[in-house]
Amino acid sequence: MLLALSASAVVILVLLWEVAWPVAAERLERWRARRALVELDGYDPGRERRAEQRARGLLRSCVNEEEWAMYRELGFIRVWGGLAAGPERGDDFGGAPYAYLIYPHKPVIAYLPQTRRLLNEYCVAFPDETRPYGSARLPDSDDVLAKWMALTGDERRLVATANMHLPGRQIDPKQVRRDLWRLTQWEQARMRERQRGAGGVHAP
Amino acid sequence: MKPGHGEVLIAEGDIDVPAEHDALVEQFRAQLDAGMWAAVPRATAAGRREARMAFSFDDVPRDAERVIFFPRAAGGR
Repeated sequence: MLLALSASAVVILVLLWEVAWPVAAERLERWRARRALVELDGYDPGRERRAEQRARGLLRSCVNEEEWAMYRELGFIRVWGGLAAGPERGDDFGGAPYAYLIYPHKPVIAYLPQTRRLLNEYCVAFPDETRPYGSARLPDSDDVLAKWMALTGDERRLVATANMHLPGRQIDPKQVRRDLWRLTQWEQARMRERQRGAGGVHAP
Repeated sequence: MKPGHGEVLIAEGDIDVPAEHDALVEQFRAQLDAGMWAAVPRATAAGRREARMAFSFDDVPRDAERVIFFPRAAGGR
């Protein structure tokens, strides 16, 4: 009887270990990552803020008013796709337009605006390995501008250069769908404002 | 575009002045040799804004106000 109980206890312990260990290991890993010392050699928050201010000015001078307002208010820019069949070989959306969402320092998301179907994530970076000011990472707005220029200037090359993944690898699809909903709301509000503005001007 | 700094003016000049033209060509080549991409922001006839990539100085429209150099794209994680 004692032997049977001991054997059962051992089996239960082994099973519990099997179930609990991956969770415990993941938590341990996260705890270590949180406590890890991040090398910030030469990092100057004031300099980074000034760099971002300059980058915002440059971005504003390049994109149109709608794109700038979109970035300022929503935190991303939508760029319409220009390839006839879609961003990837073999794509065929029956002529439906597709677009990209550009986030700072996150993958570019390709999607179908009509159905809000997410197509792909394009992971792309613009590292400056000369690290002129201690970092290889562009300011947020420069990263957005670099993606905007590469997409509007040579979409095929950017798509070919990027690492393509299915949606959800880095950016939660729920967040992207929420952003697409916010974009729709934002566009409708702008349209209403424009109509009000147009309706407010009457001939004497 | 420079990490930690943002926009940096590399060179400026009048393309119709031979000496300044040569200096601009030299700087353009130096940037591309350093691994940068070059783009010219512009407005299309339809009023849309877009960039035109410049792979050589000849690709830069003569009426371009500026050329922006940015680090070459690489596949990210």
